[in-house]
Amino acid sequence: MPFFPSLSVGSLVPSRSFQDSRGRALPLPLFLDWPRESTNGQLPEAGLERLRLKEDQRIWSWLLLGLRVGEGQQVLLPGSLNTQALPTMASRGGGRGRGRGQLTFNTEAVGIGKGDALPPPTLQPSPLFPPLEFHPVPLPSGEEGEYVLALKQELRGAMRQLPYFIRPAVPKRDWRRLPRELKIRVRKLQKERITILLPKRPPKTTEDKEETIQKLETLEKKEEEVTSEEDEEKEEEEEKEEEEEEEYDEEEHEEETDYIMSYFDNGEDFGGDSDDNMDEAIY
Amino acid sequence: MTQAEIKLCSLLLQEHFGEIVEKIGVHLIRTGSQPLKVIAHDTGTSLDQVKKALCVLIQHNLVIYQVHKRGVVEYEAQCSRVLQMLRYPRYIYTTKTLYSDPGELIVEELLLNGKLTMSAVVKKVADRLTETMEDGKTMDYAEVSNTFARLADTHFVQRCPLVPTTDNSDPGPPPPAPTLVINEKDMYLVPKLSLIGKGKRRRSSDEDAAGEPKAKRPKHTTDNKEPIPDDGIYWQANLDRFHQHFRDQAIVSAVANRMDQTSSEIVRTMLRMSEITTPSGAPFTQPLSSNEIFRSLPVGYNISKQVLDQYLTLLADDPLEFVGKSGDSGGGMYVKDLHKALASLATATLESVVQERFGSRCARIFRLVLQKKHLEQKQVEDFAMIPAKEAKDMLYKMLSENFISLQEIPKTPDHAPSRTFYLYTVNILSAARMLLHRCYKSIANLIERRQFETKENKRLLEKSQRVEAIIASMQATGAEEAQLQEIEEMITAPERQQLETLKRNVNKLDASEIQVDETIFLLESYIESTMKRL
Repeated sequence: MPFFPSLSVGSLVPSRSFQDSRGRALPLPLFLDWPRESTNGQLPEAGLERLRLKEDQRIWSWLLLGLRVGEGQQVLLPGSLNTQALPTMASRGGGRGRGRGQLTFNTEAVGIGKGDALPPPTLQPSPLFPPLEFHPVPLPSGEEGEYVLALKQELRGAMRQLPYFIRPAVPKRDWRRLPRELKIRVRKLQKERITILLPKRPPKTTEDKEETIQKLETLEKKEEEVTSEEDEEKEEEEEKEEEEEEEYDEEEHEEETDYIMSYFDNGEDFGGDSDDNMDEAIY
Repeated sequence: MTQAEIKLCSLLLQEHFGEIVEKIGVHLIRTGSQPLKVIAHDTGTSLDQVKKALCVLIQHNLVIYQVHKRGVVEYEAQCSRVLQMLRYPRYIYTTKTLYSDPGELIVEELLLNGKLTMSAVVKKVADRLTETMEDGKTMDYAEVSNTFARLADTHFVQRCPLVPTTDNSDPGPPPPAPTLVINEKDMYLVPKLSLIGKGKRRRSSDEDAAGEPKAKRPKHTTDNKEPIPDDGIYWQANLDRFHQHFRDQAIVSAVANRMDQTSSEIVRTMLRMSEITTPSGAPFTQPLSSNEIFRSLPVGYNISKQVLDQYLTLLADDPLEFVGKSGDSGGGMYVKDLHKALASLATATLESVVQERFGSRCARIFRLVLQKKHLEQKQVEDFAMIPAKEAKDMLYKMLSENFISLQEIPKTPDHAPSRTFYLYTVNILSAARMLLHRCYKSIANLIERRQFETKENKRLLEKSQRVEAIIASMQATGAEEAQLQEIEEMITAPERQQLETLKRNVNKLDASEIQVDETIFLLESYIESTMKRL
């Protein structure tokens, strides 16, 4: 939600009134008190107001200054283009700059005829999700499309299991200062899993590599992402005791939580943890 | 490298290899070639992790290294190769259609692991195939090796550059990084291996092979002790060849759409004959005589020589110019103009994009300007027979999206706007580039959205997987219906619905990615072929 600063009507009216050279009070320009960052153009009311009043000012100033060229009153309505007015606007500027009102292109050639309505002014940046005029074409379905789709999803999962997927390392802890019980036990050797054959695709065979790498990692570091959690996602094989182990481990090292580990403590270790290591679990 | 490409590369690397590799990879793509220490310093990661990440990237052919003077090794990332990771499922599916299951798994293993020796590939694939076969059957290594040899013959897999054999008379310390060389002729030579063996199942408690394991196990261990005969010869998937295949497929299907099945078969034959003789980047195939084509037509098509000649003349006269006649010897020499074919495919893509985005009237104007090359505003209205207001509106819409551009032709030397012609024209190369850039952006958006969706529902996904796992394990250990029912009810109905919607959305996003990737491939090939000609 964009931030709308509070408006009070009193603050909008400027202290001095706007007067022209002859002393007549002109309609007050609405100086909106938006700080610069708020006006990112998402407030159409603000823009319209400004535009309308600018036009009014311009009309007033012409009428007051008098028409130098005897062409009668040509009031320029916002939204239409009067090609005759353009050169006269220039001269009416009183020589304040050559070709001030001229446009750089030939309007006929471009295709804007006389008296044509200009397209509505753009008052805000284009919306983030512009509405589509036409419905998009349906995606490829059928056997080939589905097969490639399934392939893609499996590849994604498979690549996460390979040893090439490097997980972010966790910094070493100084075990002398922390209670011994916080250290993670070495993960037991993963026993044989009961394999359940998938209907289409056979599961990957990189178990051994995974196990050794995991053992090495647990020896070095404290927390480890629960990789077997992801095994469940991709391969439908699991053993019950492994599950239980995970459920226990999950509480301990869920890296995806927003809370630091001490959130889950029940106050026992309050004085024990050293302050040096408080930054470890925040991601 | 544009911002969009870098963003897409970073998303792909992160999904497939993790964050550390992604950080290093993106840094290399952004800054070009750098030595190891500089990378570690700039990205702020420890040297160990940088080394690991670089190893992974080099293994997958995403980063190459070069030895510079004074022994400094510099690493360079290849952005285009990273973007090709999007296409892995398509490569694997293509191999499946050509070589069925063993071929598919071979290519999959090669793509997932980057580089592998032939024996490793064969073993892995045999094991995987054995898993899916019925009990009691095992996949023989010989069959897999045969498929591998066929893949190498048709150039779908190739050897990686090898470490050069050092002469004994080479004095001095070994270089810090080996410069790998590859001989053109050897690239597809399959080493003569006698791989005897069958695929092994993963479970050692295999009742069917009860009699065999005792006898097999000593053999298995001796195999491990022996040095692998093809040590040091690594194979990788030849992506250029796949691209050539895709391109041929696209051309053939285009011809089939435009004319009929028979002509597409003729074109397919021509392409197949020049598959190996023509290098992948050549704009023209070798000229083929019509006699040769007649001889190599597939057996099922018994059309007479005259009908074939008629078809060939028809193809040659076609305004799209897929086939050109380059001489009369041998009954007429015919050449396939690949560059023109790609150009017309890219143009067709542009036209269809305009049509889907702006409507068929805009598409009419677009095709008109394409055909007539340069048109004034007035002429557009006249030729397209569309009222002036609408025509103007549509032209400006397309102009603002950069499909059409304006060409100024001044009448007077001072370029006064009132005395200048403004002509609308379509510059295909720049429009193709613009569309390609948009495609990259859209794929990056699709991936981000998919990740966002999965992250939102992560808790629910985990819960459902756990429940499935519990059910599966209980089924295996033999549980009653009632218990299974109870556990299934752990996921409530609205949660189930949520899961369904999530799955559907993710599938849709994935399918869109694949679809956009096809467009990317066409546009990339066109741009590449044009750049080569310049």
